[in-house]
Amino acid sequence: MQVRVFVTPRKGILDPQGRAVEGSLHTLGFKNVSDVKVGKFITFEIDARSADEASAQAKKMCEQLLANAVIEDFRFEVDSR
Amino acid sequence: MKWGVVRFPGSLDDADSIHALADVMGQTAFMLWHKETSLQGAECVLLPGGFSYGDYLRTGAIARFSPVMESVAKFAADGGLVIGTCNGFQILCEAHLLPGALTRNRTLSFICERVTLRVENASTPFTCAMKQGELLRLPIKHGEGLYVAPEDELLQMEECGQIILRYVDDDGRETEAANLNGSTRAIAGVANERFNVFGLMPHPEHAVESMLGGVDGRKIFQSIIESVR
Repeated sequence: MQVRVFVTPRKGILDPQGRAVEGSLHTLGFKNVSDVKVGKFITFEIDARSADEASAQAKKMCEQLLANAVIEDFRFEVDSR
Repeated sequence: MKWGVVRFPGSLDDADSIHALADVMGQTAFMLWHKETSLQGAECVLLPGGFSYGDYLRTGAIARFSPVMESVAKFAADGGLVIGTCNGFQILCEAHLLPGALTRNRTLSFICERVTLRVENASTPFTCAMKQGELLRLPIKHGEGLYVAPEDELLQMEECGQIILRYVDDDGRETEAANLNGSTRAIAGVANERFNVFGLMPHPEHAVESMLGGVDGRKIFQSIIESVR
């Protein structure tokens, strides 16, 4: 099974990278762009009996290592195909 | 006094820290390899600056899982003195031995400057040789030193006196310009609730010899030495 994890700067936390990218997009003419956030995309294969089991493990991984709850939010997708 | 300086893969300031402690401060200082679990009788453990594990994932996030960190956490839980400078501060936050986190500087650029800091709490083992409100000049060199913590936690830290150092201007005033990395509430150094773990982004070990621009870093080491007497 494949797990895809998305880590983004937490709401309310200053995201200077997102702000810099947003400024550049505006310069390029994409004036309708707002709330840009720059984060991380992590993907891995996991050997699990069910998508639920993979989800439960992925959640623990995010909480313990992949994201820092003080500054980051996370969400993930489990692809059981 | 015996000092253990941890060396992680990617540590940079370990040798300079040992030099500052042993050659300048006259202490017994030795290196602790990150795979060791014994702290070899150290009375204070120093986590140095650098780029442990290449700053992969987040600064300090991987180093936190080094075998030595389990011993450091136990040592701290027993009241042992732990100080983390720069990357060491980042590791202590990732290990939850200190509150908050350090993230990308407001300017997105790496900052290498000498800054002025104000001592906000002089009754800790890390500041007891200084006066309340005393100004220090120390160098900083980091890309990710913007201190962040949840607002309710910050309020509690202010109340308990856990905010130890703040970035200020040469007259000791908090200004936006003096807060180079954009840290929340201009925070440069914090302690835990028990005041036996201290982390700071500035480098005391690089300010111990006048020929290299200043000696204010000695005051932090001197405080720790006096606190265990």
